Amino acid sequence: MSAAALPETAAVRWRPRVDARDLARRGRVWTLITAAHTVPFLSAAGVLFALEPLSAPVGLMALAHAWAIPELYAKRGAHVVAPRPRAGDAPERTALGLLGDLVGHEARELHARTGLVLERGRLGVWLVAEAGALLVRPGGRRVDCWCVHVEDGSLPSGDRIAHLLLALRTDEQGFATVANLAFSGARGRVRRRLRPAMRPALDAAGRAARAL
Amino acid sequence: MDRRADGTAAERTIEHMARLIRMDRTGHSTLAEWTAADAASVEAAVAAFREQLDAGYYAVVSEGEGRARQVDELPLDADLVILRRPIAGG
Repeated sequence: MSAAALPETAAVRWRPRVDARDLARRGRVWTLITAAHTVPFLSAAGVLFALEPLSAPVGLMALAHAWAIPELYAKRGAHVVAPRPRAGDAPERTALGLLGDLVGHEARELHARTGLVLERGRLGVWLVAEAGALLVRPGGRRVDCWCVHVEDGSLPSGDRIAHLLLALRTDEQGFATVANLAFSGARGRVRRRLRPAMRPALDAAGRAARAL
Repeated sequence: MDRRADGTAAERTIEHMARLIRMDRTGHSTLAEWTAADAASVEAAVAAFREQLDAGYYAVVSEGEGRARQVDELPLDADLVILRRPIAGG
């Protein structure tokens, strides 16, 4: 990726420029948040089961909360790559042609199957969608989910992806600085909440990230 | 390669044209084409380029997989210059 700063970072001057260490710190914060939402409910369920077996329904509700809250966070993360409304057939075809010219055969084929464009970076392996991107961190275990979009809702989907892809290639750290982190967590948690058609893209990114 | 009426090959003499394109609601629009040897086409391309930058577009030259370069002046040696809108978080 190029070294020149992305001009959009000027609009978020207060944000420190994202780097690998910053991502690791944010990942730890997300793990703590997950634990903070889960441990109290698990503890409460354990205490209820131990003290009064008749309170088992309440304990089961606590267990359900312990499971559901982290799943909702993961769902929010996976939603960043959900498909958006399409433009007309002709603009979509034209945009797809340009996007196809920007990526290699492997990424083109993966996009045709999953709607996501795989792009290797220094921070990890990216999966770029129309209004967001997933970053599979080196090692392939953790995924960061980023909300980021082009400020023109009339564009066909291929162009929306191309906008994000070109910005990412221009300045990867700047791209992550401009984007909003919606979720960070285990790859499996995000995968469960992804549309089935998109899961092969996350699997491919995971394999590529293991090699980083 | 084209063929003449007698079946022999005729080499193309048209010089390769560089393109300035803008991603928009149509997919993309070609705003200018130029060759370095044609001063008029270069002048028109530079004018179109400046107009789009003034309108808030950013210009990017894709340099193969994984690499792109933002430019503030029209790079006359580039094959393709792409104009994009700003991105934002959220």
